[in-house]
Amino acid sequence: MFKRKSKHQPPTATYREVWANGDASFKLSFFFMGLAQLKHKQWAKGIAFLGLELAFLAWFIFSGISLLGMLSDLGTIKSKKVVFDASQGVYVTKLPDNSVVILLFGVMSVILLVTMLGLYLANLRSVRTLYVQLRDGEHVPTNREDLHSLLDSRLHATLMMIPIIGIVAFTILPTLYMISMAFTNYDGKHPIGFSWTGFKAFGNVLTGDLAGTFFPVLGWTLVWAVAATATTFFFGVLLAMLIESKGIKHKGFWRTIFVIVYAVPQFVSLLMMAQFLDLQGPLNNLLMNWHLISSPINFIGASANPMVARITVIVVNMWIGIPVSMLVSTAIIQNLPQDQIEAARMDGANALQVFRTITFPQILFVMSPALIQQFIGNINNFNVIYLLTGGYPMNNNYNGAGDTDLLVTWLYNLVFGQTQRYNASAVLGILIFILSATFSLIAYRRTNAFKEG
Amino acid sequence: MKSYHAQRRLSLGFRYLLLIFLAVLWLVPIVWIVLASFSANDTGFVSTYWPKEFTLQNYIGIFTSEQFPFVYWIRNTLMVSIISTILSTFVTICVAYTLSRLRFRLRKPFLQIALVLGMFPGFMAMIALYYILKSFNMLNLGGLILVYVGGAGLGFYIAKGFFDTIPVAIDEAAVMDGATKWQVFWHIGLPMSRPIIVYTALTAFIAPWIDFIFSGIILSASGDSKTYTIAYGLYNMLHSTRGASTTYFTQFIAGCVIIAIPITVLFVIMQKFYVNGITAGADKG
Repeated sequence: MFKRKSKHQPPTATYREVWANGDASFKLSFFFMGLAQLKHKQWAKGIAFLGLELAFLAWFIFSGISLLGMLSDLGTIKSKKVVFDASQGVYVTKLPDNSVVILLFGVMSVILLVTMLGLYLANLRSVRTLYVQLRDGEHVPTNREDLHSLLDSRLHATLMMIPIIGIVAFTILPTLYMISMAFTNYDGKHPIGFSWTGFKAFGNVLTGDLAGTFFPVLGWTLVWAVAATATTFFFGVLLAMLIESKGIKHKGFWRTIFVIVYAVPQFVSLLMMAQFLDLQGPLNNLLMNWHLISSPINFIGASANPMVARITVIVVNMWIGIPVSMLVSTAIIQNLPQDQIEAARMDGANALQVFRTITFPQILFVMSPALIQQFIGNINNFNVIYLLTGGYPMNNNYNGAGDTDLLVTWLYNLVFGQTQRYNASAVLGILIFILSATFSLIAYRRTNAFKEG
Repeated sequence: MKSYHAQRRLSLGFRYLLLIFLAVLWLVPIVWIVLASFSANDTGFVSTYWPKEFTLQNYIGIFTSEQFPFVYWIRNTLMVSIISTILSTFVTICVAYTLSRLRFRLRKPFLQIALVLGMFPGFMAMIALYYILKSFNMLNLGGLILVYVGGAGLGFYIAKGFFDTIPVAIDEAAVMDGATKWQVFWHIGLPMSRPIIVYTALTAFIAPWIDFIFSGIILSASGDSKTYTIAYGLYNMLHSTRGASTTYFTQFIAGCVIIAIPITVLFVIMQKFYVNGITAGADKG
């Protein structure tokens, strides 16, 4: 940490000094980026800075200002109405402003503005460096050297350029857009023109008409995440130990058999599993033929018993999840130190005792970060619920959710289902984020404590 | 001494029995999927484990179906996944290498932002992505590729973990000999990271074949089933045929089996690279 910081030289000139002592080109650089660099023959840098600024200004004047301006009220016309146009003497229909697009381009403009601010700061820094180099009579990098540094000391900038554009466009922009949507009244009643409503949507979810669904679904999500993580982990470790135990041959073959289940695309395996467990499906048929049951069990249908459906979901998740845990814990088991285990054996501990007091705690210790990740992954486990039960069985007390719906599948239903509560879905997204972040933070602090202990 | 051996053999026999039992349990539904794809059935449900009658008609049907252009789906998906594999691997490896081997001012903030972004549920961004692509007229396969590649920059964790295990001394030696960082990356970093490149590429290649959510949202807008990818096409096919009294349901299963076989094989290969990667890291402590 400290070593790295010392590499950054402290600024040997303040911006004030650059402004006061620099020549005209330096002063102008505070307004027109890149002029100082151009004057000192750093063409590439100068042209890049100046060109970007000109492009930005052109965009800002011609569309940026109006885009940002509309962001304040998301369009003036909220619903379709007929108004009398006095100049033409006729009635004209005015369509509502499309707030979705206004908000999207508004958020884009804000991102562009922030990017420009960052570029401006980079320009100032570059100007200051140039000033110091000239003042102290140091070597001023030539154009060629500047370009060459992109492959050497500034390689990170070259390599990160494209990925960062992708992340901004396809992750940061959508996320910011959805966060801002949580503060509007965008729903089925305001499908085109909507406005800012502050924390009202949060109120709806936490205390309003959706609270009766939110808290039970949240409770089930947590129960599910704990049960799914614990069962797959525990039995995954057991399975790994069974395969790794002495005398079992063709270990790779056995592992592959289990991995196959996980490897089959989930939309195939889970959709077909839903069919397999159907009221008229093969499992019920088999069980009836063997006279194990007298009438078919409704595992996951629309009118199934909620408890049965929930247990079924957890069991099916074990079918898919245990192979994953098995693979990861296999790698750990192969690297476990054997001396402790042998010492315990010498002292007469049996296999169960060795497992309970030595092997399992060690695996748990190594895997705890991965477990937390799995836990968060299970909170967001869309596929298993959506493909297997689709949220069924129905629950009439819920608004747009069924008994097995998790927060994420409910979020999906609120957008693409009948209810069309887009703002509520954005609120849910934020709440899920807070949930995940809290658990990660606790886990992070705990693992740090482990390291120190 | 003999009783000890007998006990050993008994234990081994018991463990084998347990393993075989579990393996059968795990494979029963998978075998059923394959069996069902051969069953002659037009009720829209498959309710027996062993088909009453075997037929190849489902496989012939899915390839010749007018309503469900299966061959187009395969072609589309192949195109999307090949382009997205090349671009996504490039993006992921660049980010992972940079964050692991290079030191720069914004490295820590970038890692923290990536961590925070990863905690937002992916679905939240879907509506937004839909409107972004719509406003740029990109609700098509090209837009889908952009979404996959755009997301690749944040999937760097496994590859970064791999780069972290390669000793820095190698880089430093090369720099001493006058190599630029680019040369270190190109001539040392990349050749040494072949396993993780293969792993990353396989992950990126498989993604379009199994993703029915993003592809559904992006491609359903056109309403032209010839532009679908395989996952969304099949998913959509099931939704329009399950429970309906048609032959399509068994054709759907046949289509699933055709896709699931290569994907499963690729996935098993990929997992080997993954486990080897973990073990390699663990060995070096």
